[in-house]
Amino acid sequence: MDKMHFKVTVNGKQEELLVEPRELLIHVLREKLGVTGPHIGCETSHCGACTVDMDGKSVKSCTVFAAQANGADVTTIEGLGTPDGLHVLQQMFKEHHGLQCGFCTPGMITRAYRLLQENPDPSEEDVRFGMSGNLCRCTGYQNIVKAVLASAAELNAVKEAAQ
Amino acid sequence: MNEMSPPTAERAAALKGLGSERKRVEDARFTQGKGNYVDDLKLPGMLFGDFVRSPYAHARIKSIDAEAAKALPGVVAVLTAEDLAPLGLHWMPTLAGDKQMVLADGKVLFQGQEVAFVVAEDRYIAADAVELIEVDYEELPVVTDPFKAQADDAPVLREDLDGNMEGAHGPRRHHNHIFTWEQGDKEATDTVIGSADVVAEEMIYYHRTHPCPLETCGCVASMDKVNGKLTVHGTFQAPHAVRTVASLISGIAEHNIRIISPDIGGGFGNKVGVYPGYICSIVASIVTGVPVKWVEDRMDNLMATAFARDYWMQGKIAATKDGKITGLWCHVTADHGAFDACADPTKFPAGFFNICTGSYDIPTAYLAVDGVYTNKAPGGVAYRCSFRVTEAAYFIERMIEVLAIKLGMDAAELRAKNFIKADQFPYRSALGWEYDSGNYQPAWDKALKAVGYDDLRKEQAERVEAFKRGETRKLLGIGLTFFTEIVGAGPVKNCDILGLGMFDSCEIRIHPTGSAIARLGTISQGQGHATTFAQILASETGIPADDITIEEGDTDTAPYGLGTYGSRSTPVAGAATAMAGRKIRAKAQMIAAYLLEVHDDDVEWDVDRFVVKGAPERFKTMKEIAFASYNQAIPGVEPGLEAVSYYDPPNMTYPFGAYICVMEIDADTGEWSIRQFYALDDCGTRINPMIIEGQVHGGVTEALAIAMGQEIAYDEIGNVKTGTLMDFFIPTAWETPHYTTDHTVTPSPHHPIGAKGVGESPNVGGVPAFSNAVHDAFRPFGLVQAHMPHDHWRIWKIAHDLGLHG
Repeated sequence: MDKMHFKVTVNGKQEELLVEPRELLIHVLREKLGVTGPHIGCETSHCGACTVDMDGKSVKSCTVFAAQANGADVTTIEGLGTPDGLHVLQQMFKEHHGLQCGFCTPGMITRAYRLLQENPDPSEEDVRFGMSGNLCRCTGYQNIVKAVLASAAELNAVKEAAQ
Repeated sequence: MNEMSPPTAERAAALKGLGSERKRVEDARFTQGKGNYVDDLKLPGMLFGDFVRSPYAHARIKSIDAEAAKALPGVVAVLTAEDLAPLGLHWMPTLAGDKQMVLADGKVLFQGQEVAFVVAEDRYIAADAVELIEVDYEELPVVTDPFKAQADDAPVLREDLDGNMEGAHGPRRHHNHIFTWEQGDKEATDTVIGSADVVAEEMIYYHRTHPCPLETCGCVASMDKVNGKLTVHGTFQAPHAVRTVASLISGIAEHNIRIISPDIGGGFGNKVGVYPGYICSIVASIVTGVPVKWVEDRMDNLMATAFARDYWMQGKIAATKDGKITGLWCHVTADHGAFDACADPTKFPAGFFNICTGSYDIPTAYLAVDGVYTNKAPGGVAYRCSFRVTEAAYFIERMIEVLAIKLGMDAAELRAKNFIKADQFPYRSALGWEYDSGNYQPAWDKALKAVGYDDLRKEQAERVEAFKRGETRKLLGIGLTFFTEIVGAGPVKNCDILGLGMFDSCEIRIHPTGSAIARLGTISQGQGHATTFAQILASETGIPADDITIEEGDTDTAPYGLGTYGSRSTPVAGAATAMAGRKIRAKAQMIAAYLLEVHDDDVEWDVDRFVVKGAPERFKTMKEIAFASYNQAIPGVEPGLEAVSYYDPPNMTYPFGAYICVMEIDADTGEWSIRQFYALDDCGTRINPMIIEGQVHGGVTEALAIAMGQEIAYDEIGNVKTGTLMDFFIPTAWETPHYTTDHTVTPSPHHPIGAKGVGESPNVGGVPAFSNAVHDAFRPFGLVQAHMPHDHWRIWKIAHDLGLHG
């Protein structure tokens, strides 16, 4: 299959490489760009372990072709927080025991990041609905929901303090 | 002069030992996407393997044409059974005394069975090559029903066993029969049932389901031909056992095999067994001389890799008129699929199903299990339970409900009337187990009070009347469960896998500056071992948990152990950890006494130090003792501070719990919603309450999935109807209810710290709680028994069949 010239910005870094148009974004990220935070869990868009932020929207990168992501701005779990400081969501997932095996966690946090951009002050119902595209087999979601709500409160408090 | 001792409680808190809600040390890397799962591994020159799988459930293979695939650029090799046969690797032993095809040998026995293994430069080329391989099949009659499989004219599934009527667990009585396993007193049970005031009889089906961890199974096999060493990174719940099995079947010496379990994205029993993908990857790496990665996709995982349950349980329960249970009889028809590949200790062909008398003092009982071959995927793994305890708990908790209906008695009262009493422990059951400790009645009372049981029953009665008057279409169900688990496999005298005794181990080294590393034979898959095992050692050695590194999963460095599944890590490896800590402390006592110039018996342990008796100002801290062990010659004592413990538990442990589910059901749509879910667990000493609560949340949610919709379904010709997450129900945050968790503490008398294990309990207790709630909602309208999973359609059907739709 002919390869295409593929440009993508991943966590602020511009990348250029040759890929087959049929290659999936998750495979390009993980195997060609070494960005292994997003995981592969189902390959049918159900589990959300591969969730990344693409041009300001949560997408499941297991069902996005590289061709569709050409020119896109992609943020993965690796793009949240810094080596010196965790993103509030990362901190709150730790604080509230919002993870066990950790396999769904990058997708969860990446999704929660966008959810809080869209709705900075969600109710518990909003969080449960907004996170329902991401499956977890370990936590029963209780502490994930807690972590997202606590993150919203924390971010809002920081925002208020700044104003 | 020593500094003043701070208050003892403050020093104890600083250790973050037993009982502390210590935050998990694992989380920093997982929350930043720095986990190290097997699919993250990329070795130089690595190739990628993929399977050609059978589209048929039963067919003879006439030919395999791989020429076009081999000609595809980027394809390095194609393996079939013919290639593996000269190596003796086209079949492999299972964990249950059977053998299993690695690649189809002459015929296929289930849909999704591995037929050929393609090795290519990347996963896309491998997938292309799989499509190019032409297999000529001749279809054979399919049998997917374990009862029909035992008919005289049923097709012979396992031709390799045809005529061989002696199985691994005794005689086989039919060509599709695997074993019969009997426990208890048949004659006495027949007599009790024959003469009882009341007998309830029911067929209880626990459907076929699947552990379905979010990370599928996989490995990277790497044969280094220069130094002769085989390294396999993989999703292994029992890395040491995998090493031994790999050595036995490959002929590579065990010290030349290194098995590494990196981070594992959930196990739930799915990652205990040895699968064809592992063997094929190893062979392919040996053949090609470069590393080979194989990672299942979700369809592979659901179709071919280790199902769970699939037990048809015929039961009879006898009682006096006033509800005292006198006998229990059970016959199970166990559908094991095409190969008997259950993960069970060798001596228990049906696992620990013989704990099916549950929490009740049942004087007479008899159990028989018949294992049967069908054209379905093999497995029968202990999915979030200890070797078939979920089936046992579901069986007895359903039988109790059925008996309560027959007696016209309240099911909560019937349970209480038959509990094993606190003063009966240690209690030997009619089916042979010795329960270590329990205190059921206070736990039950606490649970019933917490949910307001009496008020709920009144509300339910009012609801039924309102329903009959046409004022509501919503029914109320109260699902009761009291379960006893059996975990901590196990004592070497009665628990082994392939001849490997199920002890576990811990090796601890204290560094000169007083920090430590401990290595164990287990491997965490999300249970937080790095956090909790350090807590045990903190309490035992006085070294802060934050100064202790826990390492698992690398057979080159960890001591031998049988791995993590069936809630055995805390009862067995946790005990080994405590015992290793105690050895350290015993040696530290000698060093402290020498340094303090007193006799060994004249110092006593105080949180993190040895203190001279009667002279609290004279002490040596563990930190001081650690340094002294490296820099002072102490007569009769070797330098250094290390200890190892291989712990063989004297008995299993028996955690228990009371779970209650309050469910609303719409009789017209079959939709359900959980109004309340209360889970009380007694797992003995609690190491980290935060982690216990997390385990309960997760386990109950898996139970919700199983009870309310999740199944691996087949049609009559053996097609898997539930091969993706589009068809296989996993609850999301949206339909998962809130849980109220609670506890009592009844320590295990034989475990060094009294801990019993908890990871499986919420699944064991959760499934009957949900199912009983569904049954209970329809009980006033005459429902006695309905099969899981209770998806919306099946609930609607119950309502329809009971005439509730007018």
